[in-house]
Amino acid sequence: MNIRSNRRVFAAAALALVAQLAAGCRGGGETKGNEGAAQKPATTSAAGTGTAATPAAPPPTAIQLPAPAVPNAAEAKKYAGAKITFYGDSVGIMAELDKVMAKRFQDDTGIEVRVVPRPKEATETYAAYQRMFQGQSADVDVMTVDVIWPGAFAQNLVDLGPKLGEAAKGHVQTLIENSTVDGKLVAMPWFTDFGILYYRTDLLQKYGFAKAPETWDELEAQAKKILEGEKATNAALTGFVWQGKAYEGLTCNALEWVYSHGGGTLVDDKKITVNNPQAAKALTRARGWVGGISPAGVTGYTEEEVRNVFQTGNAVFMRNWPYAYALGNDEKSAIKGKFDVAPLPHEPGQKSAGTAGGWNLAVSKYSKSPDAAIELVRYLASPEGQRYRAIVGSVVPTVTAMQADAEVAKKIPFLEKVRGGLEVVPRPSRSTGTRYNEASIAFFQGVSQVLSGKEASAVLPGVEQRMTRTLEQ
Amino acid sequence: MAPALLCAAFVALYPLARTFYLSFTNARFGDPNPAKVVGARNYADLVSDVFFRDAVVLTVLFTVVTVLAELVLGLLVALLVNTRFRGRGGVRAAMLIPWAIPTVISAQMWKWMFNDVYGVFNDILVNRLHLFPKAIAFTAEESTSFWAAAIVDIWKTTPFMALLLLAGLQLIPSDLYEAARVDGATRWQQFVKITLPLLRPAMLVALIFRTLDALRVFDVFYVMFGNRPDTMTMATYAQQTLVSISDIGYGSAISIAIFLVIGIFVTLYIVVFRPEEA
Repeated sequence: MNIRSNRRVFAAAALALVAQLAAGCRGGGETKGNEGAAQKPATTSAAGTGTAATPAAPPPTAIQLPAPAVPNAAEAKKYAGAKITFYGDSVGIMAELDKVMAKRFQDDTGIEVRVVPRPKEATETYAAYQRMFQGQSADVDVMTVDVIWPGAFAQNLVDLGPKLGEAAKGHVQTLIENSTVDGKLVAMPWFTDFGILYYRTDLLQKYGFAKAPETWDELEAQAKKILEGEKATNAALTGFVWQGKAYEGLTCNALEWVYSHGGGTLVDDKKITVNNPQAAKALTRARGWVGGISPAGVTGYTEEEVRNVFQTGNAVFMRNWPYAYALGNDEKSAIKGKFDVAPLPHEPGQKSAGTAGGWNLAVSKYSKSPDAAIELVRYLASPEGQRYRAIVGSVVPTVTAMQADAEVAKKIPFLEKVRGGLEVVPRPSRSTGTRYNEASIAFFQGVSQVLSGKEASAVLPGVEQRMTRTLEQ
Repeated sequence: MAPALLCAAFVALYPLARTFYLSFTNARFGDPNPAKVVGARNYADLVSDVFFRDAVVLTVLFTVVTVLAELVLGLLVALLVNTRFRGRGGVRAAMLIPWAIPTVISAQMWKWMFNDVYGVFNDILVNRLHLFPKAIAFTAEESTSFWAAAIVDIWKTTPFMALLLLAGLQLIPSDLYEAARVDGATRWQQFVKITLPLLRPAMLVALIFRTLDALRVFDVFYVMFGNRPDTMTMATYAQQTLVSISDIGYGSAISIAIFLVIGIFVTLYIVVFRPEEA
């Protein structure tokens, strides 16, 4: 009997193992299949680039407008047949945009492009790049680089100046300066970002608020009144959603709170200034939102969770980047036409802040086809490319002429109105250089501790100490 | 002998020795300057590092709670499926399902179930049973986060524990129980005097396996909480230092410290259980 039952146990274990292996194989098989598809010549792989990175069949793209023709096609055709990998975006509609534009580039130039979405969180993308560069990996040619990274990665990136220097003249010059390290243009500005306040015009109107809140106290009062009034009809409604998970996004959010309370920009004049009473006041205020006007779960939210809550009509206010604007006005959105944007609130006497975000395109030094890769960068960052992305995805162009373009202004009507009312605040990547990630982790972990109940005045000295370490290069 | 030693040296000793060496340097990823030996500075920093201290406390607490719960539940399950009943084979196979699902997937699944807005637990507790006035953010609130992670781990690994204990149960000769019955021993006496002592070797193996696993727990916490400072285990702290911060020197010192903590636990087990006598 013993032997029999033993056999049964092993049979059961074996069954479980087989199930696990089968599951593993299935995933593996599909990836292989897709790589195969991507490696077919451009003419036969209609869906090749589109599916290379997604194991399941991709949903039909929601993008109706065709991607613009490649203006530099003649130059790029010299490198036809080259195969390049593009580490693209993974948030919202921008991942789709990357696929559509890469496909067009491939069709027009004969350069094969494989699109791989980068990790969703910037903190992890940074670590992934660092490992690739350390291993001098040729697996990626064109990469998306956060505005805070050019300094940290400069030694691993191709100088785009000789080829794209002329095109760079059309971009916002502060961004070009940000991408220039030791006289070399290591990254091409692609789009620019800043934090903004989204608010529900219908709800504000219903409760007699004529305009968006200008101070944090006003925001709290408006949210409370609307929540109180809507409680009976919409119990799921929350007041204010923002990026509260312990990651780079929290650094961006908290920097806005601190600056708009008069607490500085974390590092001022090469000194860590984060430990000050205004910063403590700002963080304590944010702590008060959690479980009040903001859902308790907000400390686990990133951009997309926040957007989902707002876009399904379940929040009065949202802090997010411009990309959420186009999606909020999508045909299927529950809040289409019922929301607007404004600068984030501030303390009386202080200024509104929007953390400077945005991404650049860069070419890895270890790329085997740097010339073909540069042509893809030229296309994606071109005025036509940026115009297309602005119209479809409400991403803010970095080409000055495109910021003023009539059609772009129609799709991003908030650009002028909002940007005039806020201070675009950079994160302290200049002073911390290659140790920026460490400084940011020290900061957002401290903020996270405050959000989960610790006293800000007790946490900030520790943050200051950890951040000071990152200044010693 | 020699090939075995070579093999062990290659797969185990070299990485360990290398980590040990790196823990005395200031090596970093992406640093153009070559690494310098800095003596015991990393270890000095580690002693005063409150984040690491919290991570050790959390991990040890997590280990004690989950391994104990898994041992008790696993033993119950093993005893249950060791009796004879119809459909036993099916039950034995089915109970292994949680263990067969990759942890990243089950952790994400549980994270969704715990969600404060659309999670199933809040739907049952708040909307249907009306036990709480407001949804609970299980994985965001400090008081519930630890238990949320512990439940996922217990759910996942109890079957594994049960399987190992079941194998041990089946090695106990049935005539022992027969003899005990003849002598008039009660069920409880049989369990305490026969089952538990004879199960000790299997239990020791299961406990060591599970304790080592629990002490280096990573995926459940990483998927559910990311880089949140109050829910960092020793392994997520080491990962953050090594990967996100790229501080190889300090990260290696943390890894060596984890190695020592695990070593302490294994020694404890071996001393307490004294397997050679069992």
